[in-house]
Amino acid sequence: MIDLVGNKRWFFLISAIAMLIAIVSLAAFKLQPGIDFSGGTAITINFTPQVEQSESPQLQGQLRQEITEFGHPEAIIQFQKESSSFFVRTKFMSPEEVNELRDRLKTVLQREVETSIPLEMSPTIAAETARNAGLAVIIAAVAMLLYIAWAFRRMPKPFRWSTCAIIALIHDALIVMGVFSIMGKTANVEVDAMFITGLLTVIGYSINNTVVVFDRMRENMSKGISHDFAVMVNSSLLETLGRSLNTSLTTLCVILALFLFGGTTIHNFVMVLLIGLIAGTYSSIFIAGPLLVVWEKKEWGQLFSWLPFVKKPAY
Amino acid sequence: MKKKNIYLLIFILVLFGFALRSIVPINTKLLGPEGLTLGLDLKGGSQLLYKADLSKKDPSITDNEAMSSVIEKIQRRVNLYGTTEPTIQKQGADRILVQLPGVKDISDAISLIGKTALLDFREQKLDENGDPVLDDKGDWVFEDEPAKAEGRDGQERELTGEYLKLAHTNVDPYQGPVVVIEWDSEGGYLFEKITQRNLQKPLAIFLDNEKISAPIVQSVIMSGTPAQIEGRFTMDEAETLAIQLNSGALDVPLEIIGQENVDPTLGADSIQKSKRAAIIGIILLLLFMLIYYRLPGLIACISLGIYGVFLLAIFSTFPVTLTLSGIAGAILSLGMAVDANVLIFERMKEELRTGRTLGAAVEAGFNRAWTAIRDSNITTFIACAVLIWLGTSATFHASMVSGFAITLFIGVALSMFTAIIITRTFLRLIAASQFFATPAAYGVKI
Repeated sequence: MIDLVGNKRWFFLISAIAMLIAIVSLAAFKLQPGIDFSGGTAITINFTPQVEQSESPQLQGQLRQEITEFGHPEAIIQFQKESSSFFVRTKFMSPEEVNELRDRLKTVLQREVETSIPLEMSPTIAAETARNAGLAVIIAAVAMLLYIAWAFRRMPKPFRWSTCAIIALIHDALIVMGVFSIMGKTANVEVDAMFITGLLTVIGYSINNTVVVFDRMRENMSKGISHDFAVMVNSSLLETLGRSLNTSLTTLCVILALFLFGGTTIHNFVMVLLIGLIAGTYSSIFIAGPLLVVWEKKEWGQLFSWLPFVKKPAY
Repeated sequence: MKKKNIYLLIFILVLFGFALRSIVPINTKLLGPEGLTLGLDLKGGSQLLYKADLSKKDPSITDNEAMSSVIEKIQRRVNLYGTTEPTIQKQGADRILVQLPGVKDISDAISLIGKTALLDFREQKLDENGDPVLDDKGDWVFEDEPAKAEGRDGQERELTGEYLKLAHTNVDPYQGPVVVIEWDSEGGYLFEKITQRNLQKPLAIFLDNEKISAPIVQSVIMSGTPAQIEGRFTMDEAETLAIQLNSGALDVPLEIIGQENVDPTLGADSIQKSKRAAIIGIILLLLFMLIYYRLPGLIACISLGIYGVFLLAIFSTFPVTLTLSGIAGAILSLGMAVDANVLIFERMKEELRTGRTLGAAVEAGFNRAWTAIRDSNITTFIACAVLIWLGTSATFHASMVSGFAITLFIGVALSMFTAIIITRTFLRLIAASQFFATPAAYGVKI
């Protein structure tokens, strides 16, 4: 039998390093605010001959590609039907840059291009709204903590179970944010309103996964399959392994398809889901259950005893 | 037992028929005007451009302060109007861009947002002899200045909408729809003094310097009692006025300078690609289920298909505005619906491996999987309830959070129904029919 619980220190080590990197990166680099939070520049682009409604999606695709290559992948481009023009919002661009962009569009698209005077625009989402969303999630997490403790009330120390589930959730959210923080520094990846939505999805997925695994632990506990809590948890994890992997694989099918073939505007959103899916699957198998074993068996000290500088317990 | 399953099957099919009828043909029904309401990011909507007249602002505040205050009030109005995830943005020094998803009546939205909504009361104009002044048509004439009274601290104050605590609509048996206003304590004090002074005299109600009605003051309205604004409103007008009063008068007048129909913010080009990608993903998912779980996988595919039709029927029947965050909620619920099926099948396989009969394995599979499905779904319900409650509350208004939670809530409720009623009924019928009695059909080697 594979001993997942016995190898827990390795799993914890991986997660601890990942979380540490995430925290350090978040503290050092924070997250790059996207156009929703920072505001930027708005321009209207007119073409001659006038753009027909039917050719607008194709032209919009070309326009997006050009503006992305120009250094503004975050651009929100909307076709305005009445005036047959494109309304473009990007992060800050100077009037010179706008002129440069116009000249470039002229040569690439082979059309007469006119741009309006660039106007500065304010953020669409106040930082306060994002904070409120975060606060709402924290309150929701407390509610989940209470319900899980109640659902597992027949278990000894049910609050330990629900706390471990919430720790797994924090683990997943932190890793997603950490990856985006690093990518923000290295590849200018920004976070916007969609990022918040993506995080909510990851959190929902994470808690669902953990509860399913815990359910099997509860069942095996009631059956009394072993006196040893660690053995019980280990066999529960192995029994649910097939289901955990299959559920993740089915979800992966959809997310990977969206990641590879989906439109560029939802690319970052899908990336949040992808990273969250991996972290969520990992934490529901390797973190939530084994952590509960450590807590039940009071092995906190032993957990780090293999490190050379930790004093060995005397026994 | 068998009979009950056949009744359930008929019930499912009838329900499915109704759901299908409400969305097919897809082009005219599901995507038509009465079908799905899609948000600004997925479908686009109306774009309104306003210009603020900053020369009319209160000189004690800066241009920027006036603009942010106006934007905040517009945000409140749009939220109270019930619009999902609008874009409201300051552009340049004095322009405000508002993008709304497909609003039914755009002219209503334009006046809702752009009206200053400055409320005040004016006393009757009297001549030297103390008689009412009349105009050419013989109507009363009112003062040009808002009615004033001495406040609690002895200072003269104009009574305006500034002192309003809450406005809501009501239907008066004689006047029809009216707006009821509750004053804060200072406003109530001022109003009491003004009504006392004007007892049995007309007191005009002015909105944006226009008289909307001039009822006779029948009694002193004591501080703390609500007052009523009459004006032969329709219910819609009364509701609009209540929203405007609640959000506060705009600091400067706005003029609409542009109106456009705009494409989705996520880009029509990008959405097309993503749609195709989603279809590929779902086909992959169904193939995986079929290959790995064989016959139950097929049943899962069918019940997920039914799930999808039901979900679309619910979204197109009830006024849910779907934005990307709503779609994310729906996708998560779809994932959980698949998961519920996977849980049941894994349990069934375990039971088959221990040598149980097919019928017994189906029952045991469901019973064992039920506690996991129940607890994970209730946890999700609770989280959704909190997010909906906070996301829609006036102080929080994070509508992307509630948009996500609403669709997830509906989706999870439906996924429990699909797993427990539809998948189970199908499996029971097949187990009873003895057609597919070989364990190989269930992906089990014995």
